[in-house]
Amino acid sequence: MSVATANRLTPYLFLAPALVILLGALVYPIIYVIYASFLDWNPSQRIGEASFVGLRNYAKLLSDAAFLESLRVTLAFAAIVVSVEMVLGVGLALLLDRNMKGLTVLRTVFILPMMIAPIVVGLMWRYMYHPTIGIFNRTLNSLGLEPVPWLSDSSWAFAAVIIADVWQWTPFIFILSLAALQSLPKSALEAARIDGARGWQAILYIKLPLMLPVLIVTMLLRLIDAFKVLEVILVMTNGGPGLSTEILSLRINRTASEFRALGEAAAMSNILLLVLMALTLAMFLYTKASEARSRRLAAAQEPAT
Amino acid sequence: MPDIRIENLRKAYGDVAVIEDLNLCMADGEFTVLVGPSGCGKSTTLRMIAGLESCTGGAILIGGRDVTRLEPRERDLAMVFQDYALYPHMNVAKNMSFALRLARYPKAEIDRRVREVAETLDLTAYLARKPAELSGGQRQRVAMGRALVRDAGTFLFDEPLSNLDAKLRGHMRAELALMSRRIRKNMIYVTHDQVEAMTLGDRIVVMRHGKIMQAGPPAELYRKPANRFVAGFIGSPTMNFLKGELVEEDGRLRVDGAGFSIPLPAERAARLQGSARRAVEVGIRPSGFTPADGPDALQLPVILAEYLGTQSIVMSEMGGARVTIELMGSEPIATGGTRMFRIEDKDVHLFDIETEQAL
Repeated sequence: MSVATANRLTPYLFLAPALVILLGALVYPIIYVIYASFLDWNPSQRIGEASFVGLRNYAKLLSDAAFLESLRVTLAFAAIVVSVEMVLGVGLALLLDRNMKGLTVLRTVFILPMMIAPIVVGLMWRYMYHPTIGIFNRTLNSLGLEPVPWLSDSSWAFAAVIIADVWQWTPFIFILSLAALQSLPKSALEAARIDGARGWQAILYIKLPLMLPVLIVTMLLRLIDAFKVLEVILVMTNGGPGLSTEILSLRINRTASEFRALGEAAAMSNILLLVLMALTLAMFLYTKASEARSRRLAAAQEPAT
Repeated sequence: MPDIRIENLRKAYGDVAVIEDLNLCMADGEFTVLVGPSGCGKSTTLRMIAGLESCTGGAILIGGRDVTRLEPRERDLAMVFQDYALYPHMNVAKNMSFALRLARYPKAEIDRRVREVAETLDLTAYLARKPAELSGGQRQRVAMGRALVRDAGTFLFDEPLSNLDAKLRGHMRAELALMSRRIRKNMIYVTHDQVEAMTLGDRIVVMRHGKIMQAGPPAELYRKPANRFVAGFIGSPTMNFLKGELVEEDGRLRVDGAGFSIPLPAERAARLQGSARRAVEVGIRPSGFTPADGPDALQLPVILAEYLGTQSIVMSEMGGARVTIELMGSEPIATGGTRMFRIEDKDVHLFDIETEQAL
C-alpha cells in the first residue's frame, strides 16, 4: 500500500470503532425488529425456530380492533396533550417574560416537574387520584361535592393521564418558548409599541410569528415524545379501564409479555417507528428550511455596505 | 404640529442618575438634534420622549398635553431606530403599513399612502420584499418610510445613519435634510456625530453626563461655545486647547502662553477687566490660523500635512503642545520645515480653568 493510500484511509480507520458501535447499537436492533415482524414468534422459541409469515402480522394488525383502538388513543392523547401544553407553555412564557423580582425563582419552580422521573410522576399522580385517600377526592369531599372516579371511569382516566402529562411536560414548552421570546429583537417590539400595538397585538402580530420556528420544532419534539409515553400511564392505569388509556407503547408491551406474540409486537413497534420517523423527517425538513431562512436573516443583519 | 416641552426630566437606575433636571423646549416644526458622546443620556432622553423608557421624575408635554405616563401609541409619534427595527417576517409594504393596519385605516387609504411614500423613497420596486432581501440603505429607507406613512406629529430618530458606510451616510443625510424641509414636522434626532448635528439641526442640544451643556442654532454653538466641552465637541477638526494667562500691559489685555501672545479685542478686554494674571484655557479653531508674514507672526513647524484636495490639515506644535491647523487651498503642503501663521483674535476662545465656562 502506498503512503498516499494509507494517508487517505487513516481517517476512516479512526472512525471505524464509532461505526462498529453505531452498527451494533443502532442498526442491528432495527433490522432485528424489522425481521422479527415477519415471524410468528413466541418467547419460548429462539428466533431461528420461529416460522416466517411474511406480512401476516401487519395484515392482522390492520383488522385488529384493539390495536386500532390503541392507535386512536395514542393519536388522541398526543394531539390533546401537545395542544394543551403548547397553549399553557407559550402562555406562561409570555406572562413571565419580564423583569420582575422573584421571577428567576418562579421560573425554576416551573421547570421542576420536568426533572422528576416519569415513574415517580406516575406514582405521585396515582396517589393523588386515589378514590378515598387522594387529595383531589378528599378536597371535593371537604367541599361537600361528589368524589370523581379518576382512574376507574374510562373518560375520567383518559383525562387523568392527560392532566399528569400536561403537568410534567408543559415546562418543556415553557422554557423553550421563554428562550425564544428572550432572543426576539427588542427594537422590533419597541417599534411595534410606537406603531400603536397593544400588548395582545404585539403578541399576535410580532412575537408569535417571530417565535414560530422555535415553536414548531418544540411541538414536533413533544409530539414524538408523547407518542412514546409509557411509564406514567403504566403506573397510573396500566392502560385501563378497558382500553381507554392503552397507548401504543403499552399495547406493544402487553402483546409481547402477556400475549407472547413477539412478531406482532415487532410489527406494532415498526408502525410506531414509521409514525415517529415521519414526524422526525418533518422536523428535519423544517429545521433545514428555517436554517436557510436564519442564514438569510443573519446576512441581512450585517452592517450595510 | 405640537411643540414639545421637557420639564425637570430625571432618569435614574437605582442610585445612579443618568439624566438630571433636564429642561428643553422644542418649537413647532423644529429639527432638534441631541448630540453628545456615548453615555451622555441623549438616547435615554429620546426614548423617554417616545415612551419606551419610564421617567423617574419631571414631565414631558407634547402640544401642552402631559404625556409623561402615556403609552407610546398615545403620543402621536413615529420613530426610526438605529438598527431600523423592521419586522423581519413582514414585507416592505406590510412593514410600512403596520401602524395604519392597527389603526384600522381603510385598505384603499393604506395602499395610497404606502405607494406615495414608497415612491418618494424610491422603494416601489421593493414593496414585496422582506427586510432580509434588502441592502442596508434600502432597509434604512423602509424604516424612514414606516415613520413617514403614519404622518405623525413628531418624528424621532435614534442614530439612524450610524449603521451605514460613509458614502451612503452622506447621501442619506442630504435626503433626510430635504425630507425634513418638505414635511416640516417636529423632528428630534439623536447622534454622536457632530457633522450630522451641524448639517441637519435647526437647533443643536449638546449633552454630557445627562445634562445639557448648551442648546442653540449650529452657528451659535460653533461661534460662541458656552464651555470648553461644547467648544471641543462642535467643529471638525476639533479646537486646539492651550494653557495661557491673561496679561494686562499699557491698559491692553492679551493672552500669553508658551510660544504665543495674542492681544484681545477691546470688547472682550472690557468684559475681562480685573482678570489680569488669571490662568485660562485658550481655545483656537484649526481654521483660526492664517498664513502671514510680519513681526508678530508665529513660526510653527509642519510635523505632518494631510492633503484633502481643497484643504490641508497640518499637525504642528506650539510651546510643546500639539496643534492642528486647517489651511484652505488646493496646493499640497510639504511635511517638514516651518511656516508663518497669525492667529485671528476673533478665533480665540477663553475658558475658565476650573469651571470650563467660556469667558
